[in-house]
Amino acid sequence: MFGGIDPGLLIASLMVASVPIILAAIGELVVERAGVLNLGVEGMMIMGAVCGFIASVQTGSAVLGFVGGALGGAALALIFAVLTQFLLANQVASGLALTLFGLGLSSLLGQGFVGIRPPATEALPFGPLAESPFFGRVIFGHDWVVYLSIASVAVAWWVLKSTRLGLILRAVGENHDAAHALGYKVRRIRVLAILFGGAMAGLGGAYVSLVRVPQWTDGITAGAGWIALAIVVFAAWRPWRALIGAYLFGGISVLQLNLQAAGARIPVEYLSMSPYLITIVVLVIMSSGKGKAALNAPANLGQTFHASR
Amino acid sequence: MLRLEKRPSPSRFWQGMTPVLAVVLTMIAGGVMFAALGKDPVEAIRTIFWDPLFNAQFASYSRPQLLVKAGPLILIAIGLSLGFRAGIWNIGAEGQYIMGALAGAGVGLAFYPAQHWGIFPLMVLAGALGGWVWAMIPAILKTRFNTNEILVSLLMVYIAQNILSSMSLGLLRNPEGGGFPGSRNLSQYPSASNPELIAGTGMHWGVIAAFMAVIAAHILLQRHILGFHIKLAGQAPRAARFAGVNPTGLVLLCMGISGALAGLAGLFEVAGPAGQISIDFNVGYGFTAIIVAFLGRLNPIGILLAGLLMALTYIGGELAQFMLGLPAAAIQAFQGMLLFFLLAVDLLSNYRVRLGAKVEAA
Repeated sequence: MFGGIDPGLLIASLMVASVPIILAAIGELVVERAGVLNLGVEGMMIMGAVCGFIASVQTGSAVLGFVGGALGGAALALIFAVLTQFLLANQVASGLALTLFGLGLSSLLGQGFVGIRPPATEALPFGPLAESPFFGRVIFGHDWVVYLSIASVAVAWWVLKSTRLGLILRAVGENHDAAHALGYKVRRIRVLAILFGGAMAGLGGAYVSLVRVPQWTDGITAGAGWIALAIVVFAAWRPWRALIGAYLFGGISVLQLNLQAAGARIPVEYLSMSPYLITIVVLVIMSSGKGKAALNAPANLGQTFHASR
Repeated sequence: MLRLEKRPSPSRFWQGMTPVLAVVLTMIAGGVMFAALGKDPVEAIRTIFWDPLFNAQFASYSRPQLLVKAGPLILIAIGLSLGFRAGIWNIGAEGQYIMGALAGAGVGLAFYPAQHWGIFPLMVLAGALGGWVWAMIPAILKTRFNTNEILVSLLMVYIAQNILSSMSLGLLRNPEGGGFPGSRNLSQYPSASNPELIAGTGMHWGVIAAFMAVIAAHILLQRHILGFHIKLAGQAPRAARFAGVNPTGLVLLCMGISGALAGLAGLFEVAGPAGQISIDFNVGYGFTAIIVAFLGRLNPIGILLAGLLMALTYIGGELAQFMLGLPAAAIQAFQGMLLFFLLAVDLLSNYRVRLGAKVEAA
């Protein structure tokens, strides 16, 4: 069944396939550690995808495209921040609104850009290293965003675990009243976390439209934002586990694509639903039993903060 | 400096006024968006909200469409609102809608070309069952394994969409369709069709089911202990547990009702206005119904009005597409905007906005 699929190529392509989800999941992980549940990841990703695409096509620069994607995601996240932090709206409903609005607005913005190819994002020049047999492809054969995605996991882990900023962020997420009493600006910290989450989701979305696909079509992110949300639960709010989760998911999507191309006997539709199905199965395994993921959830996740004193 | 003061109990006046205020604000912001697209904002708003109902040229076509579009939205939103009230978030109604349509249409097509009065009622049952089963998956995973129902129900939508395209290309494909994807046309199969009951009104069985759901939900929430439990579980989960509310049962019940209603909506749509199973048979009613539920303030009567208003934006949007060349996506963004404003002005019903610095209590 796996005959004809080169393991090196498989690993290399799963690393690429996972990038959008890693970026979005790390952003959402930080947001949730600050006690905010933003279900609008899908909306922010697709805004990032369309803004990144437009920016790169207009400027002719892929790098500026990613900047535009991050800004687009953060701009949508700003709406969420205003709604939930200043107008004290329900976070679940606001997140859903963000996704619905993002899907509509993105297809509106992207209208004139269907069928265009964006400027290419090349692999980094590692010279002879990239020629080596297995590691050449797996370690030295990627574009800069792949390395950025892995670096973002490391940085998120380090900041959350060993810096003062991370400690404050976690305090705000675990008990906003206590953090407020200690004099931390709960609202300001949460708004900044939300904007960071939006920018990361936007980057992930831009990677979909600029590298993965690479063109613009409506609904291009195809549920990647929801998968990223599931990965955060899978990871029990820990960055390295989010990386593992994203690679697992990326591996399955690459494998099913390869099986489709290889003409496997399973119908195409059942292969393309497999990533979602497996995400659900993994969620079930993670949520039940001894290592209950929910126990690791930030205590004030999704609760509205209003300083009465 | 503006300051927020929590009200002891939500203001009744603002609870009724906020949806109206949100609609007005959306019209203004939407007008700005339409102007940015290079359209006359006043004309665009008039085309969306006024012309479908009162323009002599279009009203005869548009008015029946109002009930056709509002029916499924109301039916789904009523089911969702029960769960939302209890803090149970089923956001996969789109998938349940698809599965209901598939199950119902499958039963109907299995009997083709037999003629019997019992076929349509059987399809209705199968439709409700299809949606119910699809909603039970996240419900049981939640009660049994504590899995997040938001994520699972949403991921199930993508699975349902794949099943839909598999079905319309394979099992349910019209054998006489010349190889084109899509099933036989159910509206041309009298025993399985869901026709317009009164000519020129758009009234079909799905609309009647929606009205019945509104009445049933109203009675449930106002007069029945179960409705009280649903409200209690949402507002004070701890108190609900002491009052003997069974959280597991409540999840199964709310998810089950919303799934069955979404499945019904799908069946009525596929047997009536849509006519056949096809790859893009679903048009997002399951997601728009979330907006309808909130716009109606999770109140059955409110949802009825909100469903009609949202149906109007669909029809007006199509009209504006045709008359002004307004892109279809603009309407989707417009609907999303409505939910933003609704959530934003909801502040007014729960908090007082006070001007000036804080006064220290003595």
